[in-house]
Amino acid sequence: MVTEMQAARLRTFTERIGREFVIGVEDFGHGALLLAESLFWILLGRWWQQPVRLRAMVREMMEIGVMAIPVLSILAFANGAMMAMQGIYTLREFGAESQVISGIATSVTREFGVLIASIVVAGRSGSAIAARIGTMQMAQEIDALRVMGVAPVRYLVSPILVASLLMMPTLTILSNLMAILGGGVISIMELHISLGTYFDRVLSVLEPGDLWQGLSKSLVFGVLITLIATGNGFNASGGAEGLGRATTRSVVLCISAIVVADMMFTFFLII
Amino acid sequence: MMSAQPNHSRDSVIEVSNLVTYYGRHKVLDDVSLDVASGEIMVIMGGSGSGKSTLLRYLLGLHRADSGVVRLFGRDINTLNSREWMGLRRRMGVAFQGGALFNSMTVGENVRMPLREHTRLDENTMRIMSRMKLEVVNLAGFEHLMPSQLSGGMLKRAALARALVMDPALLFFDEPSAGLDPVVAADLDNLILRIRDAMRVSIVVVTHELESAFKIADRITVLDQGRILMTGTVDEVRNSDIARVRNLLSRTCDEQLVDTDDYLQRLTGGTD
Repeated sequence: MVTEMQAARLRTFTERIGREFVIGVEDFGHGALLLAESLFWILLGRWWQQPVRLRAMVREMMEIGVMAIPVLSILAFANGAMMAMQGIYTLREFGAESQVISGIATSVTREFGVLIASIVVAGRSGSAIAARIGTMQMAQEIDALRVMGVAPVRYLVSPILVASLLMMPTLTILSNLMAILGGGVISIMELHISLGTYFDRVLSVLEPGDLWQGLSKSLVFGVLITLIATGNGFNASGGAEGLGRATTRSVVLCISAIVVADMMFTFFLII
Repeated sequence: MMSAQPNHSRDSVIEVSNLVTYYGRHKVLDDVSLDVASGEIMVIMGGSGSGKSTLLRYLLGLHRADSGVVRLFGRDINTLNSREWMGLRRRMGVAFQGGALFNSMTVGENVRMPLREHTRLDENTMRIMSRMKLEVVNLAGFEHLMPSQLSGGMLKRAALARALVMDPALLFFDEPSAGLDPVVAADLDNLILRIRDAMRVSIVVVTHELESAFKIADRITVLDQGRILMTGTVDEVRNSDIARVRNLLSRTCDEQLVDTDDYLQRLTGGTD
């Protein structure tokens, strides 16, 4: 009897794993299709009388990029300052606290600038986009678009994809600057150097490759945020509760995907 | 295969033959065939869960049929490429149940949206055309409001204006009277009749309201549990002696005989 129950429990467990795995594969395929279709409309929409509208792109760029500037600036600055404090504290034991500057410069431009920028965008826009498209899905607005002969992906996803491909690198540059500035303020106070000297040191350490590493990642993260947020919006169902679930899932998946992708990136770029 | 139903009248705007659809493993529509003639008002009537909303979604081409053929304007919609589909969609207008107006746009922008996407008219002409359609549905002067500021009846009329703005040959209306008080619902019925007479458009209305159906319909298709019980004129439906149609008209539900064994099995969830 016991073994029978255990077997049943094991079966339920494996079935659940199987189902989750299938959902994961489905999501992945769905995302790939979304990417292909939105690229199609961006590149060829004009010839199909379905152009991706400039107005929509500008609106998304405002939403995703410009509106994120204040909070991103504060977070990046604070992060840079924290890195400087921790770095100086740790390196002081070896009498090498002045090395903190090169540490900040490379780690910010390669990793943390882009990471903070994408997490801010994922948190702000990842939820907002999923909620907006999810609401439209439930109110039959997506169906209304389709029966009007307007491809929903062209109308809703392509402008977001363009906006994030343009705004993510821009925000990353801003994030880099603010984090380095944050580190600079602490360095001035602790290392008793001038801001000019600090920036000279930063520039002498940095190589174009460091910046490219961050910027190229920002493009990939922008694509990930777009696909995950819009995909979750399109799949939303089940009223207000379902909408809440879709937005939460969107943000959590966006941030997880960013961090995991970042790790893989770093693995292949450094090792 | 294409000539399975050769004897349809040339005037049919919609021809459905032997449509079968599934939701998961559950069969939703079973062998549904109907046709809608040019210029007629066809009401698809049925209770909740009868499959009428599903049928509408298939008529709109939002899903692919599992089996059977749906023809719009004589074209099998499964064989259309996306460019042909787009051409066809311009000849169709749809007013969804909740209106499905875009919440981020004003009523006027909503009505202009199909024009903006499909025509190269200048802004002024589009404005005039959208005002004309809003006039038709008695919503003149409301174009600057947002959808959230409209009442239920106004939302449906605004959706109707948007559906009409491209002067479609075929109009779909999902549950025009659902959620409205009787006066507003009657008003909307009159509007549908007026539009048919003024614009010579074929109209498919999906509804569960008997009164509304009898008032506007040229013909009624009665759906029940995914099957068509009958298709006929208002009088034919009124005088029908099919038991389930009579039940629907007199609003009684038929007593379902309960098989005790079956019932117990369902409760305990046992398989055998």
